[in-house]
Amino acid sequence: MVFASIRSSVRRSGQFPAGDPDHTPYDRILRTTARGDSVATAGIRIQKQSQEQERGLGGNLAMNWNLLFQLVVNGIIVGALYGVVAMSFVLIYKASQVVNFAQGEFLLIGAWACWWLLTTYQIPFVWGFLITLAFMMTFGVILQIVVLRPMIGEPIISVIMVTIGLSIFFQALMKWMFGVFAKPFPPIFETQSVSVFGLQVQSVYLMSLGISLFIMAGFGWFFKYSKMGLAMRATAFDQQVAQSLGISVRTVFALSWAISAMVSSVAGVVVGTVNGVSSALSFFGIKVFPAVILGGLDSILGAVIGGLIVGLLENVAHFFDSQFLNWGNMYEIAPFYVLIVILMIKPYGLFGTKTIERV
Amino acid sequence: MTAAIDVNAVPAPPVAARKPALLSVNNIEVVYNDVILVLRGLSLQVPEGEIVALLGANGAGKSTTLKAISGLLKTEDGAVTRGDISFAGEKINGIDPDKIVRRGIFQVMEGRRIISDMTCLENLRLGAFTRRDNNVRQDIEMVYDYFPRLKERTGLAGYLSGGEQQMLAIGRALMARPKLILMDEPSMGLSPLLVKEVFAIIRQINRDLGVTILLVEQNARMALQAASYGYIMESGKVVLDGTAEELANNEDVKEFYLGGGGEERRSFKNLKSYKRRKRWL
Ligand SMILES: Nc1ncnc2c1ncn2[C@@H]1O[C@H](COP(=O)(O)OP(=O)(O)OP(=O)(O)O)[C@@H](O)[C@H]1O
Ligand SMILES: [Mg+2]
Repeated sequence: MVFASIRSSVRRSGQFPAGDPDHTPYDRILRTTARGDSVATAGIRIQKQSQEQERGLGGNLAMNWNLLFQLVVNGIIVGALYGVVAMSFVLIYKASQVVNFAQGEFLLIGAWACWWLLTTYQIPFVWGFLITLAFMMTFGVILQIVVLRPMIGEPIISVIMVTIGLSIFFQALMKWMFGVFAKPFPPIFETQSVSVFGLQVQSVYLMSLGISLFIMAGFGWFFKYSKMGLAMRATAFDQQVAQSLGISVRTVFALSWAISAMVSSVAGVVVGTVNGVSSALSFFGIKVFPAVILGGLDSILGAVIGGLIVGLLENVAHFFDSQFLNWGNMYEIAPFYVLIVILMIKPYGLFGTKTIERV
Repeated sequence: MTAAIDVNAVPAPPVAARKPALLSVNNIEVVYNDVILVLRGLSLQVPEGEIVALLGANGAGKSTTLKAISGLLKTEDGAVTRGDISFAGEKINGIDPDKIVRRGIFQVMEGRRIISDMTCLENLRLGAFTRRDNNVRQDIEMVYDYFPRLKERTGLAGYLSGGEQQMLAIGRALMARPKLILMDEPSMGLSPLLVKEVFAIIRQINRDLGVTILLVEQNARMALQAASYGYIMESGKVVLDGTAEELANNEDVKEFYLGGGGEERRSFKNLKSYKRRKRWL
C-alpha cells in the first residue's frame, strides 16, 4: 500500500506539466507573472540552470565542482523544507501515535489557500500568509476533532486507512476546486536573486531556508520552554501520567494537528512560490517517509536531520547519476535505497527511542 | 452536632467523625472492562488537613480506590458503577482526570511515574501545569528546600536513583498546590533509611502546607505512624477502620500487617471471616 502510493506519486510528479502557464485553461492567473520552467521540486530548477552553464563551458572538472556545490546548497534548502514537513509529521505521530499519510496534502491545501487569497483578493503576501496560517490551524483542529477523535482506541491499521483516505480525498478536492494544472504565485520579491558567496541564489530560496530555520528554532523553543510544549512531550511519553498532571490529552491531540497542519502549510506556500501550486506539492508528504524513518519516527531532531539527509542525498545522487552513471531518475529513488540500507543496519532509525530503564 | 457531644463523658469519636470530611467516598462499586468487579461497596472519609492511611494486601483494590477518586480509572477502562465520591462538598465521580487535578486532587501514582526523558526541572514545571499564578518559580525553590538533592541533579530524571525519583514524584505533586494528595506506595522499593526519610517529608508537608493526604501503603507500620486514621481493606471492601493508634494495637493488624503478633498463627481464612463478622454483623 505504502509503496504503491509512493510509486504512483513518483509517476504523478514526473508526468506533471509543472508550472507551465501555457497549459492553464483558466484565465484566473493571467495577472500573475509566468515564470518559465519551474518544475515539480525546488531542486530541479537549479540543476537545469547549472546544466546549461555546464554545457556552455564545456563541462571541465572545475565546472563539475561548481555543479556539485550548487547541488549541495540546493540539497540543504530542499532538505530543510523536508525537515520541516518531517517535523510536523513526527509531531502528530509522537503526540497521538497516528501515522499521517495526509501530511503532503497539508502543504497542498495551505498553498492553494494562500494562492487563492492572493490572486482573488489581491491582498499583500504577508496578510495572505497569516490568514492561511490561521485557516490551517483551524483546519487541523477540526480535522482532528471530527475525523480522528472518534478513531481513538481503534486499531492502528484503521487509523492509517483513514489518513490514506483523507489524503486521497483532499488530493481530489483540490483538483476539483483549482484544476489540475500548476499555477504560479504572484511574485513576492522585487529582486529575483541575490548573490551569496559568489553564487546566484533566488530570493525565494533564501526565504525558504530562513523560514525553515525559523520554524526549527521555534519548535526547539516550544518543546523546551513552553508549558504546552512540555505537556505535549509528557503526553507523548505516557498519556496516563500526562492526565495525572492535569493535562487534557484531547487538547494536546487537537493542538498537535493544528501545529502540524500550520507548519506544513508554510512549507507548502514556500514551495508554491518557487514552483507554482500544483498537486505535485503533496509529493513532499511521500519524501517525508524516508526522512522520518531515517531520523527515527519519534525524534523531532531526527526528523530535521533526516530531512537534510534526504535533500542532500537526492541531489548528490543526481550529480553522480548525471555525471557518471546515467541510470536516470536517481533523484527520486536514491533516498529510498539508502533508507532500506539504513533500516537494515539500524531498525529504529538513526535517532530512534532508547528508553531509559531503571527498576 | 459536635456541640452536643460531651467530650468528657464519651470517648473521643474517631478523627474522621470530628472534622468535616474533605473527601468522602460513599459505597462505591468499581468495574474494569465492564466485567471485572474490583471494589464492592467501599466507603471512606478523609478529613481536611489529616493523613489517612489505606492499607491492605496485594490486589485488595487500594490503587483502584485512588484511581476512582482521581478519575484516572477512565484511562484504564474502569468505571464507578455505583455510589458516589464527593470532594469539598461536590460530587466528582465521572469527571475527567485533568479537571479533577484542577479541583485540587493530585495522585502520585504507584511506581513514581516520573517522565524519565525530561530533566528534574521540567518534571517539576509540569507539576504546575494547571496553575495560572506567577509563583511557580518560588514553589520550585520550595521543593528544592524539601529535597535539596534534586537541585543538584541536572541530567535526565530517568537516571535518578529510586529514592530521588520518589522525591521528584512528591515534589511534582507539591508543584500543583493540591488540597489533597493521593499517594500510592511511596515506600515501594526503597531502603529502610530512605523509607524513613520519605515518611518524614510526607509528615512535614502535611504539617507545613496543610495538605491533606490519603496514603496507600504496604508498609503498615510506617503508615500508621504517620497517619491519624486508617482503613484496612480486603477484596474491594473496608474490613476495619479506626484511629492509627487503635489499628496499631489491634491484634489482627499486628499479626497480618505489622509482623509478629500472637504465638500461634491462625489461618488467614479464619481471620478474614472473623474480621468480616466484626464489621458487618
Ligand atoms: N486496569 C485493570 N484492568 C483489569 N483489572 C484490573 C486493572 N487494574 C487492577 N485490576 C485488578 O483489580 C484488583 C485490584 O488491583 P489494585 O491495583 O487496585 O490492587 P492494589 O491493592 O493496589 O494492589 P498492590 O498492593 O499490589 O498495588 C486486582 O485483582 C487487579 O488484577
Ligand atoms: Mg496498588
